[in-house]
Amino acid sequence: MTEIAPFIAVSLLQLVMIVILAPLVTGIVKKTKARFQRRRGASVLQPYYDLAKLFKKEVVIPPVSSWLFRFTPYLAFSSTLVIALLVPTVVAPVPLHWMGDIITVIYLFALVRFFVALVGLDTGSAFGGLGSSREMSIASIVEPAMMLAIFSAAGTAGSTNLSVIVQKLSTTPEAMLNPAHLLAFSGLFIVTLAETGRVPVDNPATHLELTMIHEAMILEYSGRYLAFIEWASQMKLAIFLALLSNIFFPVGIATVLTPWAVGIGVLAFLFKIGVLSLVVAAVESTNAKLRLFRVPELLMVAFILSLLALILYFIIGS
Amino acid sequence: MSDWPQLRLLILIVTVTGYSLGALLPPILSAIGRSRLHSGPAFDTFARNFGFTSALVSSLAGCALSISILLAGEPLHVEIQNTLPLGGMAIHVDMLSGFFLGTISLVGGAVSVYSLGYATELLQRRNMGFFLFMYNVFLLSMVGVVIAGHAVLFLFVWEGMSLATYFLISVEHEDPASRRAAFLYVVMAHVGTALLVVMFVILYSFTGSFDFATFKGIGSRLPGVVPSVVFLCALIGFGVKAGIVPLHIWLPEAHPAAPSNVSALMSGVMIKMGIYGMARVFFDFLGPTIPSWWGLLVLILAVTSSVLGVLYALMEHDLKRLLAFHSIENIGIILMGVGAALLFVSLGHAALAGIALVAALYHVLNHATFKGLLFLGAGSVLHATHTRNIENLGGLIRTMPWTSFFFLIGAVAISGLPPLNGFISEWLTFQALLLGFHIPDLAVKIAVPLTVALLALTGALAAACFVKAFGITFLGLPRSQHAEGAHESSPTMIGAMGFLVIICLVLGVVPGPVLFVVNSLVGALLGTNAAGQVSLNGGLLFVPTSALSSVAPTLLAGLLIGLIAIPVAAGLFLGGRMQKRVAMTWACGLQRIEPQMQYTATGFSKPIRMIFSTIYRATHEIEISEESSPYFRPNISYELKTESVFLKYFYDPALTLLVASAHLLRRIQTGRIQSYLAYIFITLVLLLLFAR
Repeated sequence: MTEIAPFIAVSLLQLVMIVILAPLVTGIVKKTKARFQRRRGASVLQPYYDLAKLFKKEVVIPPVSSWLFRFTPYLAFSSTLVIALLVPTVVAPVPLHWMGDIITVIYLFALVRFFVALVGLDTGSAFGGLGSSREMSIASIVEPAMMLAIFSAAGTAGSTNLSVIVQKLSTTPEAMLNPAHLLAFSGLFIVTLAETGRVPVDNPATHLELTMIHEAMILEYSGRYLAFIEWASQMKLAIFLALLSNIFFPVGIATVLTPWAVGIGVLAFLFKIGVLSLVVAAVESTNAKLRLFRVPELLMVAFILSLLALILYFIIGS
Repeated sequence: MSDWPQLRLLILIVTVTGYSLGALLPPILSAIGRSRLHSGPAFDTFARNFGFTSALVSSLAGCALSISILLAGEPLHVEIQNTLPLGGMAIHVDMLSGFFLGTISLVGGAVSVYSLGYATELLQRRNMGFFLFMYNVFLLSMVGVVIAGHAVLFLFVWEGMSLATYFLISVEHEDPASRRAAFLYVVMAHVGTALLVVMFVILYSFTGSFDFATFKGIGSRLPGVVPSVVFLCALIGFGVKAGIVPLHIWLPEAHPAAPSNVSALMSGVMIKMGIYGMARVFFDFLGPTIPSWWGLLVLILAVTSSVLGVLYALMEHDLKRLLAFHSIENIGIILMGVGAALLFVSLGHAALAGIALVAALYHVLNHATFKGLLFLGAGSVLHATHTRNIENLGGLIRTMPWTSFFFLIGAVAISGLPPLNGFISEWLTFQALLLGFHIPDLAVKIAVPLTVALLALTGALAAACFVKAFGITFLGLPRSQHAEGAHESSPTMIGAMGFLVIICLVLGVVPGPVLFVVNSLVGALLGTNAAGQVSLNGGLLFVPTSALSSVAPTLLAGLLIGLIAIPVAAGLFLGGRMQKRVAMTWACGLQRIEPQMQYTATGFSKPIRMIFSTIYRATHEIEISEESSPYFRPNISYELKTESVFLKYFYDPALTLLVASAHLLRRIQTGRIQSYLAYIFITLVLLLLFAR
């Protein structure tokens, strides 16, 4: 750690990539969904405008709520920032790669979910409890599938360190076409849809009590608090897409810190994230939301895919 | 340094004497108090203060002894000549004992401080002297279990522990449920003890001694299936105490029945005595040449315990029963480490076994602290509201700010979330399992990924359960008069909980020192290859075998808190000073929000009940009285039952069988003195023939 300048520069680049780009990812998904519905749709920059407006608005606090209501938005944002420092986007290894591995990332997301779910119960509203209950139930069946998918990726690299996984894979590109690898990718893709509250698990565009999960928990939030929560969940989507693209297809990621390599890294990252946002939007537009009690079946598919990936990995070997 | 052993012996004597005095003096004081009518209560109060303070002093001495043993690394050995007819007796405190001694003392000390405030409730109603006698005997016998170096002494204190807890569980003996729980506990405990006696007798028959020193590494010298028989006796015998599924049935009954300070000790420490026994027998006595099915069997039991424990916990509305089921879950997580360690040892991977055992032992300490904390928190809630049913609680965060904050810390820790201590041990367990995947053995390749998946499931379900437990109990609007009238606990109770919170934070944020010690203890237990498998460099925790998997808990915690500055700054930059307005929660168009509109605990766990319906086999009954109009029903009653598979398919048939065989045996119990004399005669003749 003698060279402190690149250390800070890359860390900042990491943060910028996730924090600044996250609303754009959501914007692209929304725009694409609108086009699928033959609407013109709002500009891809609309999420930025929304956030800017929310920051200027006053905050309405229910009298029933406690300090958790005021603390959680900040915690959600700072935890997501810590995650953004750990997940390789443009450069691998990221400077702070030793601070936490993929298990840490999953558990930090769980920390955010824990507090947001508590806030759902904090306001005394009927909807909050509904959202918390559904969110925690779905999360608990998502987790095993996610762990298994991660497990097969980590198994290939012999480490749970994200940067090591990415580096190992970028030096052996032929492993990207390993069928085990592709199965694990599809497993993690379904997990991503569930974790980030997308159709067919949750619909981010609705406030209908029959269907909403994430939105129900944060129903009482407004103004700046809502901005932080929204921004954090946009960052979560961006981080999951970064995970999907870089754990499984780390093409173009910069392994040395030259301007050229980093430039290519940025372009490659933008391209991959863009493609994945389009795919997410396409999946969201071509599928109906599942009934709540059909969701476990979908997640079972993800679980089986990941298990198959592991078995294949065991048979084919590395 | 030559007087070092003497000093440690002195500390040991202080520990034992303190508990003994705390046990013996209060009954005398109470008795004197009762003989003088007007000054009686004063004597009782003094007895309480004396009893708990001496327990605290003993615990502090126990901590000191534990630290000195763990840091020095050399065991403390005391030979006592000719105490019992069986000859010499030995006290042997090695690093494994020292670690568990530290765990007992840490939680024991905190609970003793807590009890100073909590036992006020018992003061007028109960015989304080008797309670304190049992309380101190309980602590003393747990210390005895871990320092015993001789099988007879071990069984003696093991029984003492079971009997003391029997009386502590039945403190509220007017309540039939409490008596039943205590009876169930003592029956189960004796089934366990019987198997332990069998185990020690088998070992005795091969060594001719009851000294633990002669049992060391005996596994390789035992013929044929004998090691496996010893293994199974230990697994079941200690498993009953640890509360592994399917031997867990006493646990959810006994923990809620006992006073909360006792449940904190039982759940935090006593069930770990089972883990201590397993570690002692599996690794110290029987290892390292062991068949691989042992590890697989332990892993299967571990996974079953953890998943079923947390699933049953989710269905509970009784705060203490819920916590009791979580103890089963956490014993499962500990046993995952133990099972993986056994498996890796049997396949000759001592280094991996080292990681797995470090994870297990670290989780022992972590669970002791956060479960002790949670039970104390539940005790405070019970103390303040007089109800354990969380459906009647709510909104306590405003009336009990400290208790709720401490309970929240415990809830985050038990859910295995960073930056608290539960995360560190679960992370290590994950690492041990992930590394084991590279062992070329089919059983391991199947067992390890499934264990990983189910550990992930357990963690997520535990988080769901504690969102429910904390959210319904402490947040929202109060659901009953009980909850409305709640008040904060006394300073000693808050102080004790605060101490455990600090321990949880330290173990989570700066795990280095304790892990260093656990590392060397595991090295002493499994051989040098297993030592130092979890490295700590500059606040960085990592597993060298995998080269690069690491986590930096201190930095992580620092960033989690420090980076809060960014959203604060961003808010100020993008929106200026925050405008706040207080307005009622949206009540779907009604005038105001009512407590009945909130989600209930039953409602909260409904999705999970639906998803895992095959395990729960839930049945519900809805009864609607149709008095006036079909549109406005004055009374709707809803009853929900989940079925315990083990009671129905294992314990009930076993009980039927037992009763049937008792009926058969009754035929020889004629009640006539002549026939009994005949039995005695026949027995004598047979004995003379055989014994000669």
